Amino acid sequence: MCLAIPAELISINGADAQVSLGGVRKTVSLALVDDVAVGDYVLIHVGYALNKISPEEAQKTLELFGQAGMLEGGATEEDMLGGEAL
Amino acid sequence: MKLNLSSGKVDMSHGSGGRAMTNLIQALFVKYLDNDILRQGNDGASFDMPIDMGADRMVMATDGHVISPLFFPGGDIGSLAVHGTVNDVAMMGAKPLYLAAGFILEEGFPLTDLESIVASMASAASAAGVAIVTGDTKVVEKGKGDGVFITTTGVGVVAEGVNVSGDRAQAGDVVLISGSMGDHGIAILSKREHLEFDTAIESDSAALNGLVADMIGAAPQIHCLRDPTRGGLATTLNELAAQSGVGMQLNESAIPVKRQVAAACELLGIDPLYVANEGKLIAICAEEDTVNLLGVMRGHPLGRDAAVIGRVLEDRHHLVQMQTRLGGQRLVDWLVGEQLPRIC
Amino acid sequence: MKYVDEFRDQRQARAIAAAIAREAKGERHYRVMEFCGGHTHAIFRYGVQGLMPGNVEFVHGPGCPVCVLPVGRLDEAMQMVERHDVILCTYGDMMRVPGGKRRSLMQVKADGADIRMVYSTQDALKVARENPERQVVFFAIGFETTTPPTAVAMKQAQAEGLRNFSVFCNHVLTPPALGAILNAETPIDVDAFLGPSHVSTVIGSSAYEPFAEKYRKPIVIAGFEPLDVMQSTLMVIRLLNEGRLNLVENEYTRAVTREGNAKAQALVHEVFEPRDSFEWRGLGLIPESALQIRAGFSGFDAERRFPVQAQPVTEAKGCACPEILRGQKKPLDCKLFGTVCTPENPMGSCMVSSEGACAAYWSYGRHCHDQSLRAAR
Repeated sequence: MCLAIPAELISINGADAQVSLGGVRKTVSLALVDDVAVGDYVLIHVGYALNKISPEEAQKTLELFGQAGMLEGGATEEDMLGGEAL
Repeated sequence: MKLNLSSGKVDMSHGSGGRAMTNLIQALFVKYLDNDILRQGNDGASFDMPIDMGADRMVMATDGHVISPLFFPGGDIGSLAVHGTVNDVAMMGAKPLYLAAGFILEEGFPLTDLESIVASMASAASAAGVAIVTGDTKVVEKGKGDGVFITTTGVGVVAEGVNVSGDRAQAGDVVLISGSMGDHGIAILSKREHLEFDTAIESDSAALNGLVADMIGAAPQIHCLRDPTRGGLATTLNELAAQSGVGMQLNESAIPVKRQVAAACELLGIDPLYVANEGKLIAICAEEDTVNLLGVMRGHPLGRDAAVIGRVLEDRHHLVQMQTRLGGQRLVDWLVGEQLPRIC
Repeated sequence: MKYVDEFRDQRQARAIAAAIAREAKGERHYRVMEFCGGHTHAIFRYGVQGLMPGNVEFVHGPGCPVCVLPVGRLDEAMQMVERHDVILCTYGDMMRVPGGKRRSLMQVKADGADIRMVYSTQDALKVARENPERQVVFFAIGFETTTPPTAVAMKQAQAEGLRNFSVFCNHVLTPPALGAILNAETPIDVDAFLGPSHVSTVIGSSAYEPFAEKYRKPIVIAGFEPLDVMQSTLMVIRLLNEGRLNLVENEYTRAVTREGNAKAQALVHEVFEPRDSFEWRGLGLIPESALQIRAGFSGFDAERRFPVQAQPVTEAKGCACPEILRGQKKPLDCKLFGTVCTPENPMGSCMVSSEGACAAYWSYGRHCHDQSLRAAR
């Protein structure tokens, strides 16, 4: 439900904006967000910017992922996953 | 009566078999596709048996082209029609020689567009080293066509000892592709959905017979060749698995997808594995041929990004499975119906 | 792609999987319902279930607005097109869902109806502007993520006086659906929930707090990418192990706050109000679980403009969509799965919608691993 994808705001044109994801540009509506600026990342859903993404929180989340990997002894990562990458 | 190519339109007389039709054929088809055989001016084409080519079998293939839009980044229906059939013949391990082209034109179709398309076909045929030697033109009433439909049929020859067929994949074989997936379908879809690109995504439409010739030269025992057109890589691999009665295990991280194509797929909610390609091929070969084949492919302009993407295995369910980029395992199934963009 | 690729990293996935295997206690079974169809899709697309230890199981929830839409409502949309000759604009997700007579919008379109697939409500407005002599109906579906775009379009239509535009509103609400699952007569065998990513950006994480408090099953708001799903599962396991059952935690902090998107909420509130009740496929009648168009916008309400009456519809015999949507059965438990019911010939919308558990199983998970998981249960 609710496929939304983060994209970078590259220009604002009144109620609309151009966003870029991986070099692909699309026009979306800004009707659902306030206080966005060029350079912000926003979530895009059905042609609308839904929310701003917080870079600080994104970084914190990535760090949390990293912490999960600190092993306290016992089984290794490889034991947990079957199969090797080709 | 001179044909008004710049602002004239196709009308019913162009298909009626009379002078108007002869005018059209001369001014466009013969002019651009010009070759000895075509100039014979007969209803059919006559050519010598290619007995001195070390060949013992012939191959024939046909393809109907109904693409919309007719003109797209990287090609048009004309070049696509040539590449499509040249590739179908080449995928049999054959050297394509001659094409036939049938046109169904809609009344009202601009002659200037038709001229562009025919010029494009001439150019594509010449680059591929094939000649368009015979053809047909019909006109349908306005509303009964989509501008133009083109059907091309091609013939070619297979060298002795070459046996490329979809039922020859065996457990232990390696699966290779010649380059990035999804370029053509995304080029088309983006035009329809008003996506723009920093660097334009173009259709990869190309004639693969040169690449195939190099590959067969390096590995004459190659088992399978197929181009992943409609339905994309996923569907074509499933076809091969079913035909050969085997399974496959792929590695998602090894499948090249251009950054912008991946991004466009994310935005549209579609999966690049199911998007059409028009200038790429899948090769399945014995393990011992892999290094050689990969080297030869990468040495050709159309195979620079060639990669090993998986293996063939025993599987009585004929499933194509994949290790995802996350390290998990998933099934890569046939495409069901048309891939529809999701909001959900 | 920034904020996408980092959240699909294989090394990180291994690390989180190892942590889950370490912390999931051998003697207990963890059943986690991912409410949202998008999470079901991500789990299958990336093969997340296969990275979990055997005692951590995902149970698929009803968060697929296409799957929970009663067949009758789809039939009503078809009647609007066939009896009133409207142009029906719809999201792609609805095109292949079978209606009451087992016809889909795709087939109705093939029979000559003017049905157009759109990506955005803005596209639907454009169709209305470009076809002033025709009536244009937008088939609005979706949870709280998709509702604000409909609200924006309706306000725009009103401001422009776009008289030929109207909306057939089938927007549904997440918290009541969650409540219906938790409050079901047959108690649901689920220990915790992964909360939806993007619904939560709109409604805020606080919306779930009353449920966690009352039913003592933890809810972790999970981001959309596979690493988010895995990290959230780890957070769920920790909450369950620690006995902290009445909590809502937020893994998707980069996009979700406690309060949500106030601007979007206000726009929705201006245009829509709750319906007394709405029949959900699989969950039955749930009070105040869906939205209808307010009086102030009644001029753009397709239900008023085109009165239609759908016949009550029974599920195809043997179709287990209702139980699957409630998390009580898995697709493989359905007698019709893979035999009569396939994506080419779907019996119920769980097989058609790409979010549906059955479609996800078929497309991504219908292989040996899954068979052995089923055998082990």
